[in-house]
Amino acid sequence: MNRFAELLDRLVLTPARNGKLTLLVDYFRTVEDPDRGYALAAITGDLSIAAIKPAMLRTLVTERMDPVLFGYSYDYVGDLAETVSLVWPELPPERKPNHAPTLGEVVDALQSASRSDGPTVLARLLDSAGIEARFAIIKLVTGGLRIGVSARLAKQALADFGKVDVAEIEELWHGLKPPYNELFAWLEGKAPKPEKAAKALFRPVMLSNPVEDRDLEKLEPADYAAEWKWDGIRVQAVSEGGIRRLYSRTGDDVSGAFPDLVDAMDFSAALDGELLVGDPREATGTFSDLQQRLNRKSVSPKIREKFPAFMRCYDILQLGEEDLRPLPFIERRKRLEAFIATLDPRRFDLSPLAPFTNWEDLNRMRTSPPHPIIEGVMLKRLDSPYLAGRPKGPWFKWKRDPHTVDAVLMYAQRGHGKRSSFYSDYTFGVWQGALGEEELVPVGKAYFGFTDEELKQIDKFVRDNTIERFGPVRSVRADRDNGLVLEVAFEGLNRSTRHKSGVAMRFPRISRLRWDKPTIEADRIETLRAMLD
Amino acid sequence: MRPRDLLCPKPAGLYCPPGDFYIDPVRPVPRALVTHGHSDHARAGHGAVLATQQTLDIMGLRYGEDFAGSTQAAAFGETIQVNGVDVTFHPAGHVLGSAQICVDHGGTRIVASGDYKRRPDATSQPFEPIRCDVFITEATFGLPVFRHPPDTHEIGKLIRSTEQFPERAHLVGAYALGKAQRVIRLIRDAGYERPVFIHGALAKLCDYYQSEGIDLGDLRPATVEGGAKGDFAGAIVVGPPSAFADRWARRFPDPISAFASGWMRIRQRAKQGGVELPLIISDHSDWDELLETIVETGASEIWVTHGREEALVRWCELQGIAAKALHLVGYEDEGD
Ligand SMILES: [Zn+2]
Ligand SMILES: [Zn+2]
Repeated sequence: MNRFAELLDRLVLTPARNGKLTLLVDYFRTVEDPDRGYALAAITGDLSIAAIKPAMLRTLVTERMDPVLFGYSYDYVGDLAETVSLVWPELPPERKPNHAPTLGEVVDALQSASRSDGPTVLARLLDSAGIEARFAIIKLVTGGLRIGVSARLAKQALADFGKVDVAEIEELWHGLKPPYNELFAWLEGKAPKPEKAAKALFRPVMLSNPVEDRDLEKLEPADYAAEWKWDGIRVQAVSEGGIRRLYSRTGDDVSGAFPDLVDAMDFSAALDGELLVGDPREATGTFSDLQQRLNRKSVSPKIREKFPAFMRCYDILQLGEEDLRPLPFIERRKRLEAFIATLDPRRFDLSPLAPFTNWEDLNRMRTSPPHPIIEGVMLKRLDSPYLAGRPKGPWFKWKRDPHTVDAVLMYAQRGHGKRSSFYSDYTFGVWQGALGEEELVPVGKAYFGFTDEELKQIDKFVRDNTIERFGPVRSVRADRDNGLVLEVAFEGLNRSTRHKSGVAMRFPRISRLRWDKPTIEADRIETLRAMLD
Repeated sequence: MRPRDLLCPKPAGLYCPPGDFYIDPVRPVPRALVTHGHSDHARAGHGAVLATQQTLDIMGLRYGEDFAGSTQAAAFGETIQVNGVDVTFHPAGHVLGSAQICVDHGGTRIVASGDYKRRPDATSQPFEPIRCDVFITEATFGLPVFRHPPDTHEIGKLIRSTEQFPERAHLVGAYALGKAQRVIRLIRDAGYERPVFIHGALAKLCDYYQSEGIDLGDLRPATVEGGAKGDFAGAIVVGPPSAFADRWARRFPDPISAFASGWMRIRQRAKQGGVELPLIISDHSDWDELLETIVETGASEIWVTHGREEALVRWCELQGIAAKALHLVGYEDEGD
């Protein structure tokens, strides 16, 4: 338990991503099963332990010490978990168990505790542990380690530890369960890859690059197919051996939010496409319709009926037993077309190809698309296999409105008048610096473009992710692994010597909240500089 | 004699009317008894100073030889009469030469602890509990949240980090008197034999400790003149905390900032200070040790000074021991 506690403490205080990775890799290398696996699960949020309420924790401790002294202590420290871990009375040596519990034993004890004896079990564990271990135990039972390490970073650490590609870890992840003994055995070269262990795993997705100046003149139109770029949410629908899962593009399981779509996944395949709402045979809903289905823990039948989810498919990665990813795009497309024809047409349709003869042609289609929820065109090389990541060349995106960027929320300020109780003025930034050492640089400030409902959501995000306050301004968590991506639309861009970024936006507004988008995929400053008027 | 007639708080510090002297006065007085060399307790400009030889030496190093009109050295355990009042210095375990001062007169005995700790420390004489009527205790860490871990455990974290991050310099912030030497000695006792680099502000005191027979091993100045940044990769560099905030620290490769202090027990303190590797090493007693010491002195009355007095007074009340806060001002806790 002590090693885990020490790891948590080091991770919180280590700002650099590389430093965090070193600490995690070192932990995986030096700590044994099952402890390291439970630590991993705790960090990725995959450890399920019945929660203990803060009030119960307070009761437990004030049964054991003078409440006035506890009050002085809590006032001074300001954090309940930390205070309790520090002031919890040590048992006299003769009553203290001579064995400090391991993380595995703590997890076992907590998971097998019933609701009613949870507090007793917790108290016994706290009696047997030292200060650092008590803090870690309390963090486990009160939920939320808040150590600035995302599941993605933890997976990267596993990849570094085993010297494998992180895509391999992501692909396996959903088939594995804590404490991940077989995963560690594989990473240490002691066992084969636990590949076929589970069904309906996530396949790392293929991403596109934006079309930049002069890209197209080097390309042959006849080598590419074009599709409309739908402004929905990229998802992957995988159904195998009776297991159905809907994944976000980063491999998070979002099945729970779209039961209507999952119900229709009565097939054996893995599909790549865009989640949209509406009835594909009649009308496709707008992005604000789609918003009604996003970011909700549960969806009422009424909302489900009004905004039914469907998937507009553009790729097929697996069909039955066959992995189609090595096939060229044109081959996969044929299989996809035949396959979609067999599915429920209210829930699955095909993203149609958009035939064109030359780039001029395509440019006209891009700037005047046939539907408001189209945000441009996609170009896909006919002979390209489906590759994880963002290879340069096979896939391009060419957006309709060049004046939008994806930026990361950095600071929020209280609004005025009606909005004075909300954080409604947002400063956002984009990435700059060498790969692996990116930093956010602020590029603008916006205070409109979002709905009241969205304002409430951002406000909550700001409050939950504040790292510092200066008067009415809060700085929010924004790094490679954490943060909120905002799509910002603007009228133009000027050079500026007053801004650290060297650019100033005209009339920026928040055009969309990209809860689905990882921060590291927000735009870079070079993209903005290329847009300078 | 009533205790408050033997020692009482005055603006300049704790005053003894029958002996006409102050203990650790914060402004110049004709006669001062000084517990230890930290600058909030030991100030320059007094008429006469009575202190242990090591405290006098340290004051000389810090303020220059003429820091007082006259000086007199007190040996541990030796009783000295000051205007007819019996005064005895006893080890306080805080820093080299640090003392508690026992004042005995008219059948009343008061012990002023100065700053003290109970943990073994190779760089300081060990604390001795003295039976007394009134014990004046410090309360720097006078809250139940302060419980110091074993110092060997903390040093183990530092040494493991140098193995985890062999390409980064480890900058350890530690106050110049006492903490720095203790940290270096702990590093040595953990079996670390590579040179330890020190900031210039520590040189005189480290030399002094070595001359008093406290082995600190191979110490080198942390300067880069004539060397490359890479020279400090994986090295341990010790300096005063103030130095780490300025340009001096930028010469080291991708440094990890560590800070050796009892305050590092509170995570928010470490976070606010940008400390990546907090080392909870204190030269003061933690909560449990304060309580244990109060009981061991057998004192029927406890006076509490500099620190978090209210919690300690509360605890004494719960135990049925009379206690009050002295509210002395001017002690800034240089040492932790
Ligand atoms: Zn002091
Ligand atoms: Zn001191």
